[in-house]
Amino acid sequence: MNIDKRLVRKDSLEKLFDILKQNSKKIYAPVTKNGKTTFRDTASFSLVSTGYIQTTESSKDISFPRTEKLLDYSKNKEGMSVKGIDLKDIPEVILWGIRPCDAIGIGELGSIFNWDYKDEIYNNRSSKVTVFGFSCNKSDEYCFCTSVGGNPGNTEGSDILFTRMGEDGDYIAEILTEKGQAVAEIASGIFERLETADKEKFLADVPVKFNHNEISEKLDKFFESKEWVDQSLRCLGCGACAYVCPTCACFDIEDEAHGKNGSRVRCWDSCGFSHFTVHTSGHNPRDVQSARWRQRIMHKFSYMPERLSVYGCTGCGRCSRACPVDMNILEHLISIQEVTV
Amino acid sequence: MVDLIKKAKELIETSAVKVVIGYEEGTGNKTRALFVEKTEDADRLIFDSRCVQNLAAYITKKEIKDKGKMAIAATLPVMRSIIQLASEFQVNDSNLLVLGITPESKLVEFANLVEVETFVHQYQIEIDARNKEMLDKLEKMTQPERWKFWIDELAPCFKCYACRAACPMCYCSRCTVDFNQPQWIPVASTELGNLEWHLMRAIHLTGRCIDCDACYNACPLSIPINLLTKKMLLDAKEHFGGYQPALKGDHLMSTYKPDDKENFIQ
Repeated sequence: MNIDKRLVRKDSLEKLFDILKQNSKKIYAPVTKNGKTTFRDTASFSLVSTGYIQTTESSKDISFPRTEKLLDYSKNKEGMSVKGIDLKDIPEVILWGIRPCDAIGIGELGSIFNWDYKDEIYNNRSSKVTVFGFSCNKSDEYCFCTSVGGNPGNTEGSDILFTRMGEDGDYIAEILTEKGQAVAEIASGIFERLETADKEKFLADVPVKFNHNEISEKLDKFFESKEWVDQSLRCLGCGACAYVCPTCACFDIEDEAHGKNGSRVRCWDSCGFSHFTVHTSGHNPRDVQSARWRQRIMHKFSYMPERLSVYGCTGCGRCSRACPVDMNILEHLISIQEVTV
Repeated sequence: MVDLIKKAKELIETSAVKVVIGYEEGTGNKTRALFVEKTEDADRLIFDSRCVQNLAAYITKKEIKDKGKMAIAATLPVMRSIIQLASEFQVNDSNLLVLGITPESKLVEFANLVEVETFVHQYQIEIDARNKEMLDKLEKMTQPERWKFWIDELAPCFKCYACRAACPMCYCSRCTVDFNQPQWIPVASTELGNLEWHLMRAIHLTGRCIDCDACYNACPLSIPINLLTKKMLLDAKEHFGGYQPALKGDHLMSTYKPDDKENFIQ
């Protein structure tokens, strides 16, 4: 469809939120607790955070929850009975306030869940999300969306993209999809006519820091490099980077048993954990942190482009901000680009 | 820190140690761990008030230990961790040399861990005023209020285990939470799963935690999990006469005496 550009006045944003709430829409919006901003099912506009460069967590929890029940089971005399989850119970939600680097990540994450097996539950959740992206007019030293093909005003992945015209200005709303159109129609009075507007001048300046094609090509011959060992010495092997990442998709399936009954749940997992690849025999093909760190970079910049034609990194910089030991992915990618094989 | 750089160079040059663990300038005004294996890298060593990561977490890490004898730039919390680790037979004089940094930011050299212990024992572990106030507030809450406080605080936890990774005392090669046959602690990040994990961690650290706040500092969601270990520290003080890591100390929660004053244990 043609992109419909509209004006949304700064004071109308709250009205938009309220109208959607009155229409029983579930809204996941950024909320700040203990100084960290994450997406939560939000009842009131007054709780919605603004002014963040990037949220601490990505929004992937909405379509790929950290813990998700897949089925219930119970054992009885006749054998086993299994009841899958009812996809109809998955709610329609509006994802409010995500940055373009998260919106583009939705497609990247989706490509993993549809690589060979089509993940019905993921796809159902994902199809019920309407994305309200908000362009960036600020960035920090951890941002590098422009180095991986994105930009601070990128429309990809959003159903409606809001760009603020200046620090305290009104918004340009780009209605990008039919899903966005449907939501906009609920609150049609909010979306006013817009004569002309050039959003580019309101966007953050995010300089390109490396060439992602060059990195991908280089990684083909980089597997045995000592660079992985040097970079990962200080890595403590936690899962913070993977869990805040908009595109990390690894999970673990567990049975939570309560006597004869139980549930099968899908839980986030991380390739950074030492036991992630342990075989039942006890053998661990990635027995040192450097092999695990290499996997993280290779997966995002080599395996995903090769197999899925997308990068597994949106340049949001969250992993670097969240890392307790300053593993800075941008710094490490630049050094991969610079080092001679 | 000129003294530290000089000392690190000397230790590497004379092959007294294979690696010196210290801090370097990081990104975003953060500092981070540096592993000096070549003399020229020693010039990157720094020390200032931003250097709060507990570097003792690295001395039990396979990748670092395998390099050979280590030296470590150790602030008071790091030295305390080292003494506790030594009492648990994880490090000793043959694989670790401590380059102490006093609370006044002066370099102090130690010949062995006994000297480190003597130095450490000059200082009591004191819980800072802000956290003390928070603990008092929790103490005054009713049980349901306290329950709600913890359920709310722990709700955002997604179990990245950064708290475990950053803690020098969490050195088990396989943590209880990593077992699934039987599964002791739920893997899922749910109300119960999060609560069980953090309570289990606090109990495992009682009488071992030296109150460095590494767990809290590492938490990407800033959940105040250090309040749990601080509370255990205060309880240990009340019931067991205080805790100070010691090379030949009684291990507070894992020592059994036939003449224990509590008769339930006999």
